[in-house]
Amino acid sequence: MLVSIYRYNPEKDQVPYMEDIEVEIPEGRDLMVLDVLHLVKAKDSSVAYRRSCREGVCGSDGLNMNGKNGLACITPLSDVVKKGKLVIRPLPGLPVIRDLVVDMSMFYKQYEKIKPFLINDTPAPAIERLQTPEEREKLDGLYECILCACCSTACPSFWWNPDKFVGPSGLLQAYRFLADSRDTATQERLADLDDPFSVFRCRGIMNCVNVCPKGLNPTRAIGHIRGMLLQRST
Amino acid sequence: MVASVTSFGRNGLSDWIIQRFTAVVLAAYTVFILGYLIYNPELTYEQWSGLFACTAMRIFSLLALLCIGAHAWVGLWTVSTDYMRSTAVRLSFQAFFGVVLFAYVVWGIQILWG
Amino acid sequence: MAGLRTLNYDAIVIGGGGSGMRAALQLTESGVKTACITKVFPTRSHTVSAQGGITCAIASADPNDDWRWHMYDTVKGSDYIGDQDAIEYMCSVGPQAVFELDHMGLPFSRTEEGRIYQRPFGGQSKGPDNPTQAARTCAAADRTGHALLHALYQGNLKGGTTFLNEWYAVDLVKNQKGAVVGVIAICIETGETVYIKAKATVMATGGAGRIYESTTNALINTGDGMGMALRAGFHGQDMEMWQFHPTGIYGAGTLVTEGCRGEGGYLINSEGERFMERYAPNAKDLAGRDVVARSMVMEILEGRGCGPKKDHVLLKLDHLGEETLNLRLPGICELSKTFAHVDPVKAPVPVVPTCHYMMGGIPTNIGGEAIMQDSNGNDQIIEGLYACGEAACVSVHGANRLGGNSLLDLVVFGRAAGLQIEKSIREGLVHDEASESDVEQALSRVNRLNSSTSGESTVAVKEDLQRTMQLYFGVFREGESMQKGLKMLEEIGERLKNVHLEDKSQAFNTARIEALELDNLYEVAVATAVSAEGRKESRGAHARNDFTERDDENWLKHSIFNPVTKELTKRDVNFAPKTVEAFPPKVRSY
Repeated sequence: MLVSIYRYNPEKDQVPYMEDIEVEIPEGRDLMVLDVLHLVKAKDSSVAYRRSCREGVCGSDGLNMNGKNGLACITPLSDVVKKGKLVIRPLPGLPVIRDLVVDMSMFYKQYEKIKPFLINDTPAPAIERLQTPEEREKLDGLYECILCACCSTACPSFWWNPDKFVGPSGLLQAYRFLADSRDTATQERLADLDDPFSVFRCRGIMNCVNVCPKGLNPTRAIGHIRGMLLQRST
Repeated sequence: MVASVTSFGRNGLSDWIIQRFTAVVLAAYTVFILGYLIYNPELTYEQWSGLFACTAMRIFSLLALLCIGAHAWVGLWTVSTDYMRSTAVRLSFQAFFGVVLFAYVVWGIQILWG
Repeated sequence: MAGLRTLNYDAIVIGGGGSGMRAALQLTESGVKTACITKVFPTRSHTVSAQGGITCAIASADPNDDWRWHMYDTVKGSDYIGDQDAIEYMCSVGPQAVFELDHMGLPFSRTEEGRIYQRPFGGQSKGPDNPTQAARTCAAADRTGHALLHALYQGNLKGGTTFLNEWYAVDLVKNQKGAVVGVIAICIETGETVYIKAKATVMATGGAGRIYESTTNALINTGDGMGMALRAGFHGQDMEMWQFHPTGIYGAGTLVTEGCRGEGGYLINSEGERFMERYAPNAKDLAGRDVVARSMVMEILEGRGCGPKKDHVLLKLDHLGEETLNLRLPGICELSKTFAHVDPVKAPVPVVPTCHYMMGGIPTNIGGEAIMQDSNGNDQIIEGLYACGEAACVSVHGANRLGGNSLLDLVVFGRAAGLQIEKSIREGLVHDEASESDVEQALSRVNRLNSSTSGESTVAVKEDLQRTMQLYFGVFREGESMQKGLKMLEEIGERLKNVHLEDKSQAFNTARIEALELDNLYEVAVATAVSAEGRKESRGAHARNDFTERDDENWLKHSIFNPVTKELTKRDVNFAPKTVEAFPPKVRSY
């Protein structure tokens, strides 16, 4: 199979280029894209990419495969390969450090901006803070985010304003804390999101929903935040 | 919190509401005008100017005009902040359309009540 | 050493997983100048893959639950070579550590009363006299590790911890008196090599499951901390004790939580028989992991395996119903569809025992202070070195870890190490400066790689290492074949000296990191092999065909591997808990 990989080594290359590598795919097995990258690296050890858990829970290997963002470790070749060719590029919209490795600091900064931690000023009880199963259910579909950045780097609004627009991933987490019955900072959190960029740059394009490898729905979470902002101001 | 002095409502929520509210008004105005034209296929000048002599119609038109101004401003401001990286270019763009939209609104008022 | 930049901290934590971040949080909150050095962004650490839960007697499922029962289960599970003072500490402090996690925001599943949901896990009872199955594992659906790791990272963000993300620790720097005074580390992004000086160095580097060919462990689990410690001449304890998790997905190796069986799933062989009823009549599928894994291998060896090669068994879940599976085990359904092409709602999942957890590690006391045996066999504290989590051997898991105890181990002993270091620093912890040659020593590996001109590739050596470990040091072991395995390891060791780094570039050079990791895999593999060959009995996860019985007379001991002499010595197991009577060794049956 022909694998075309985005290559860029800042010490050697003036500009990035696509390198075509022929890879032998073992018969009878539907490899994941990450397996293919391992095969490529066995041939050419200089190819750089991130990977860790290889089972879709750590979020290291978010890549753009044949035009669509996803996790290499849980994307089978049968899902992405078109006409016998696999094109692998880094996640779009972030600066490339080398080959398939992008600089994610902008992404993490937006995550940090929404204060991604539980805030509760009341004294902690001797046991856990109680929460009903119904209250807990509100966190389903939110806490599962693995920070792989597939969504935010598929979002045109994030491409244009990565410094100002929190992006789908960060907003999903913002809502995760807004929705948590144990968190008491709802008003402060909402006040922090009420500018023209942080939330309202979402144009409902829904690329985020389309690519999320965990099947989460940031657009819906953003809708909930807008609803809360509306309720608070009217 | 991202501060932004040139946005219309100074905060995202009001911009968002303004854009939706103005869209509804503009849609209603469009539907009304289209409906009027369809129901009056043999429209004469007298009929048309009579319609606009009516105060209610003038208020409706003025509302639609202001809504165009606000809607366009929010939209163009968003476009400029998405695509224009250079502050000088962006500011010039915003200033230009600010003046143009203001002019349209004043001109429109002049036509309606002039 | 010329031109080498030096960073200065009071404490450094190597590893950004559960134990590392818990230690870093403790240290940062107490005002100790700390940096957490991690080779991957913290939420990419392997803790994220833990599924079933964190076992702890918080008395939610059973209001009368008692941490002493949990302690008893853990001692029994360890096949009696878990240190009882440490187990006592873990089980009694546990609830507090778990409640802290809830306060930090961990989204535990809930009961109708609003308390944390607890599910049954293997080896859980209601005390020595009551083998009733307990439900003691606190869970956030089947993503507890993910929820825990993210909550800890969030806690650290809130606390303002300094992270050196994507920095790789290469080797410990020891001063002339043998104290650890920091570490040599590479910033992966720029390739810069730096000396990070610290009064306290915490090894929270996790496991090394990648020494085996088939493992549930992440690709990053290369035993870096253990490797660094062994190269520095420090000892490894109980390194023969490797847990094979009963339910790794056949072919892929990805983990399927024990919680599946806790929720009512069970294993069947090719005849459709629930075979665990024969091996563990009482606990059945929820016996200790070592017992279940061995039973599975017995079934396969006796020809009752499933599939065309008859080399795995099946985990039946479909009878639980779609609703329960989606509520309690959503992640498992996802993994199973992706990696086994099986929907657990409709069909059983093919599973096989897969290397999962290193019970051994750097021996430490309860405060995480690393220990070394002197020539008289007495414990000596290694100045400046600490360890916690899977990299350490406190030892709470002994010869076999109970499910859900690793996450508890992480938070309890990460926290304990933090508390101990804070105390030591307050009392004025100082070491002599490292000399230039001390630093050079720690730099030697990187220097050799960077100047290599020809030799073998990392990949080939790594594959041979993993295959050797899989073949000769797996679920069942035998003296003769282990001797053979040891010989092969020796040859691999020779090849290792000759590994060539083709790509010498600086920016994000993952080939360099993988070559450095391979050294660590090798150190751990040798320690495992020597220890496994040396322990002439069967206990817990260590099962030998040539010594099938437990031998309490000679081996109710920790094994201590000395990397300098490559010899094995023994260390006493602690039978002196502070507040309860010790649990004496008994025949272990489930």
